[in-house]
Amino acid sequence: MTSATSDLFEVEGRSARAGRWLAASRRVGTGLGVGMATLYLSLIVLIPLGAVVLRANEHGLAGFWRAITTPETAAALTLTVAASLIVVAVDVVMGTLIAWVLVRDRFPGQRIVDTLIDLPFALPTIVAGLVLLTLYGPGSPVGIDLAYQQAGVVVALLFVTLPFVVRTVQPVLLELDREMEQAAASLGAGPVTIFRRIVLPNLLPAVAAGAALSFARSISEFGSTVLISGNLPFKTQVAAVHIFGRIESDDIQGAAAESTVLLVVALLALVGLDLVQRWAARRG
Amino acid sequence: VRALVLGLVAAAACGGVPGAMPGTPVKLTLVAYSTPREPFETIFTAFQKTPEGRDTTFSESYGASGDQSRAVEAGLPADVVAFALEPDMTRLVKDGLVARDWNADQYRGFVTDSVVVLAVRRGNPKRIRTWDDLLKPGVQVITPNPFTSGGARWNVLAAYAAMSAGGRDDAAGLAYLNRLFQHVSVQDTSARNSLLTFADGKGDVLISYENEAIFARHHGQSLDFVVPDGDILIENPVAVTTTTRDPEEARAFLDFLRTPASQRVLSDAGYRPVVSGVARGGEFEAPANLYTIEDLGGWTSANKRFFDPETGVLVDVERRLGVATRS
Repeated sequence: MTSATSDLFEVEGRSARAGRWLAASRRVGTGLGVGMATLYLSLIVLIPLGAVVLRANEHGLAGFWRAITTPETAAALTLTVAASLIVVAVDVVMGTLIAWVLVRDRFPGQRIVDTLIDLPFALPTIVAGLVLLTLYGPGSPVGIDLAYQQAGVVVALLFVTLPFVVRTVQPVLLELDREMEQAAASLGAGPVTIFRRIVLPNLLPAVAAGAALSFARSISEFGSTVLISGNLPFKTQVAAVHIFGRIESDDIQGAAAESTVLLVVALLALVGLDLVQRWAARRG
Repeated sequence: VRALVLGLVAAAACGGVPGAMPGTPVKLTLVAYSTPREPFETIFTAFQKTPEGRDTTFSESYGASGDQSRAVEAGLPADVVAFALEPDMTRLVKDGLVARDWNADQYRGFVTDSVVVLAVRRGNPKRIRTWDDLLKPGVQVITPNPFTSGGARWNVLAAYAAMSAGGRDDAAGLAYLNRLFQHVSVQDTSARNSLLTFADGKGDVLISYENEAIFARHHGQSLDFVVPDGDILIENPVAVTTTTRDPEEARAFLDFLRTPASQRVLSDAGYRPVVSGVARGGEFEAPANLYTIEDLGGWTSANKRFFDPETGVLVDVERRLGVATRS
């Protein structure tokens, strides 16, 4: 009896130990995953970003403030943010439209167009800038000259950011249950109402995600804008090109300070659009 | 192969054999600004045919002068460095990567010269001859932004030197710069980008270096250029680094760059030779008044005065212009 009980205990003890071991190894597994993700993110993103911010402040807060409040810097930052806002607005409308056409309509060459959407990502942006300059510059074969004007900057940014909204909206649109729209139609809703009440709320999180990516990319874009802008201070010089000039002039602290402003602006935009996504997701 | 090379180099070093042992392969890394790429490659081949250079191979890196200099400063290995302007060399001297006496040879450390020229459309339809002609109504000027292009600083300093008689009439020089930039319609980030802009049909005058203008012509651009009366002497430095493992071979290559044959190759590419007797009569037009950077107080002082990102003369010029374009 005693021995039997002890055997029983023994068995129970063993299985309990095994269970604890399993749970522990699961915890270790999770911990390992989180640890690796954190380490990787730190090495690749957080530490470099931290270094930029640190460098920006190496002459103290006063030095930081002085660097970001020069008239050239203010002009470059204003132009960059304003152009990016215009670009995001156009991307949101046109990107959603393109995604809609690609998912809901059938037309010849659709697959080709679908493949072409990503090309702006593949092209080195300096080449994109050169192509745009040839097409829409002083020697334009189509008679449109946007070079060395702010409009040229916007067009360059539109080119490089095109895929973002299309590619975030497209999969959501594909997954969207058409029965909802059919049900709405059978209840007498017109196409506008269906789009506004059914489709748009479902797409909004994806649109917001695409807009955030577009904006972040726009404010940091260098290659495509460097040629077409003509780099005129106060007129067409965007922040990234102005920052480049500071590096060329050995003003690394100033370059880091101006970059920090871009980081903060991007962060605000990302947080803002994340809130929009959550809000839309709750409503949907 | 690399290990073998290292082994052989080590063996040669341990053996105390002076100079390159016959058959000992040496690899020299050249870090240079982009413009002299083609003549340099011709010179490498010629060097490899000499007794000093027959075991030497080259690894090359080309880019914007300032970027290349900063890359070496940050640790890019280099045996020989060649830059567009002296401050890019001075940066490495400060860090001890180039010896303090790099400019102590008879060429003062330079390998090529050039001057600033006014490139115009073929046939010179706007009749541009002098710096003053750039201020004629309706004339559009292209010059790189001196803050994004180290090389473009030569352009600004040439205009200033010419109009201030080598700095003697400072007010006239400054007044000219202010008026000149009212005519500048594009300020690209680099000399090469400016050339692209001009080739695309923008502007009447491109302020450029003589070697760039000649390069453009060699590559089929239809342009003419004028050497203005007042000008500045552009000098391009070259040096052996202190970190090189093959100082003798690197030194031999530097000497080879100053042989008449190499200087001829560089002249054909549009550079003015630093070795006398190489230039053919009439090959390069001598400006009536050729100033040097020393006339303007040297690079350190000129950089501080004109191009300091906060207090430089050009910051003031650009700001006045910015206010004018905005209102």
